[in-house]
Amino acid sequence: MRKFDSLTAIAASLPEENIDTDKIIPARFLKTIKRSGLGKFAFYSWRYDDAGNERKDFVLNREPYRKAEILISYENFGCGSSREHAPWALLDFGIRCVIAPSFADIFYNNAFKNGILPIKLSREICEQLVEDTKMGANARITVDLVHQEITRPDGEKIEFEIDLLRRQLLLEGLDDIGQTMQYVHSIENFEKKRKEKQPWFPEIKIEKLLS
Amino acid sequence: MKARTLFDKLWDSHVVKQLPNGTALLYIDRHLIHEVTSPQAFDGLRLAGRKIHSPEAMMAVIDHNVPTTDRNQPIEEGESRHQIEVLEKNVKEFGVPFIPLKSERQGIVHVVGPEEGITLPGMTIVCGDSHTSTHGAFGSLAFGIGTSEVEHVMATQTLLQKPAKNLKINIEGNLKPGVSAKDIILAVIGKIGTAGGTEYVIEFIGSVVRNLDMAGRMTLCNMAIEAGARAGIIAPDEVTFEYVKGRPFSPKGKDFDEAVVYWKSLASDEGAYYDKIIEINVNNLEPMVTWGTSPEDVISIQGKVPDPENLKDESQRKRKKRMLDYMDLKAGQPIAGTKIDAVFIGSCTNSRIEDFRAAAHILKGQKIADHIWGLAVPGSGLVKKQAESEGLDKIFKDAGFEWRESGCSMCLAMNPDRLEPGQRCASTSNRNFEGRQGPGSRTHLVSPAMAAAAAIKGELTDVREMI
Repeated sequence: MRKFDSLTAIAASLPEENIDTDKIIPARFLKTIKRSGLGKFAFYSWRYDDAGNERKDFVLNREPYRKAEILISYENFGCGSSREHAPWALLDFGIRCVIAPSFADIFYNNAFKNGILPIKLSREICEQLVEDTKMGANARITVDLVHQEITRPDGEKIEFEIDLLRRQLLLEGLDDIGQTMQYVHSIENFEKKRKEKQPWFPEIKIEKLLS
Repeated sequence: MKARTLFDKLWDSHVVKQLPNGTALLYIDRHLIHEVTSPQAFDGLRLAGRKIHSPEAMMAVIDHNVPTTDRNQPIEEGESRHQIEVLEKNVKEFGVPFIPLKSERQGIVHVVGPEEGITLPGMTIVCGDSHTSTHGAFGSLAFGIGTSEVEHVMATQTLLQKPAKNLKINIEGNLKPGVSAKDIILAVIGKIGTAGGTEYVIEFIGSVVRNLDMAGRMTLCNMAIEAGARAGIIAPDEVTFEYVKGRPFSPKGKDFDEAVVYWKSLASDEGAYYDKIIEINVNNLEPMVTWGTSPEDVISIQGKVPDPENLKDESQRKRKKRMLDYMDLKAGQPIAGTKIDAVFIGSCTNSRIEDFRAAAHILKGQKIADHIWGLAVPGSGLVKKQAESEGLDKIFKDAGFEWRESGCSMCLAMNPDRLEPGQRCASTSNRNFEGRQGPGSRTHLVSPAMAAAAAIKGELTDVREMI
């Protein structure tokens, strides 16, 4: 996973509530067995017309927003399916940070696992940031995870909250499986105790599934 | 001891280790996988040289990609075929219990788990699929996860989680004929919105819930995710135990009795604390139908399409106007009478035997309208077999429906079952998002009985006029 410490980049906005994961990447593009290469499908129905040509009026098809690394949106971003293809598509497009008043739970988790920082800020502040994104080449925002603050184009600073553990994993670009592996004894203990307390707890046997 | 909710008990009994900041390492009892969200996780294990911690806690099945036509034909679509072959190869390499595509026990993962007794009360259950919430109907903590978390569970049998807040939805009253669990959950989502359950686990409780069969309870919990909830749960009771008893992976004999004693202890204690409580009375509930492109955009079949001009918030107004445009509907028009092109009865929400019985009850002796494409897709091979033994397949076929093999089918348009741009469908599935049933498709979410009624009339209609 790529580290995330501080980022200064073009910000684009999709000022809508409930942007769902089918919108971020439609199901028909989930047939890949890789994590990479999904950026071209991001926001497919908004980005391309029926003939597959780019729609010029869509923000991410215009300069300088093609190079946007920060996305501002509204409530319940990433609702719908659990597909991690959504953050994979955003990341492959170049997005490293999404700012919104709220996120759907599963998307929020998935984003962190891929080095994308989701930041929750009030609707009012998000609306101000949406205004900032209209400044073209000057629509540059700094997101500083170390100091947990955002710097708007006019220099104003906005603080944000984030879970300490998630922050640490992002800052160090750590794979959390490795972290969890250090608790393997606790896991085995849990399993041992369960076997004693609930000896009836069934296992799934391959042979039985094939019978 | 402090009074606890069902969720509190499920949580407490699965904490392996408490970590700083309220995060816990949570033990996972069941890990269900399918072909779409698992390949990258297997790849990750391979790259890191890791094994699966407990293959005996897993079950793999193919459902999303699979065509629902003749199982003996090869899968034409190359990428789908490849994804399926990759799963078959992965389960073999890692020793994961797997139901092959040609087995009669194949089906949608959220139908198969309960059917096999792999889903049991008191468990933690995860799957790389948001509708994992379905299994909460058994009194299990069940939720969807992303592929990185799939890999995490494979490697460690745990997840890093923070406890959710408790939301109680108490459902009381008497359901009228023609009104079902699907209508209840659509009404709930309409009331609290698609983000109304965010950060919560919803416990469905009340006399109406207790009187629902397991299929109805699964429909309720299935769509808890459409209200943004992390999970939906229902305390296990005699209805649950009766369903679970005798299933292939359910405990047997004395073991079963012992398990039931434990399962009975799971119900929320008197006086347990809920962060939020919502009361729903179903006495006046009518069959529901969605009009927009989010499950919260729902009205009674007797209702009219809402006017966005009445909304104060500008971005909301814009969004709802675009929805009307996309759905080709006009503000103020009665939703009943809207002409449709297709009817889909299936998906993890409504593809169990009870759902087909409800639809067949309406379809018996009737024909669907000439212009309707009717698709009936059982949730599993066993549901299909059961339906056929009851003669339901004949009712569907005689009415003009196509009677298919099991799979996710037209719920999500990643297999050959999909709509053409602009086509309108009455669907028993769970999401009416733009393009969900194919690019440019228009979806109206309804119950199985409502879908059957719409098929006969060729338009959205009140099923109560046909019973």
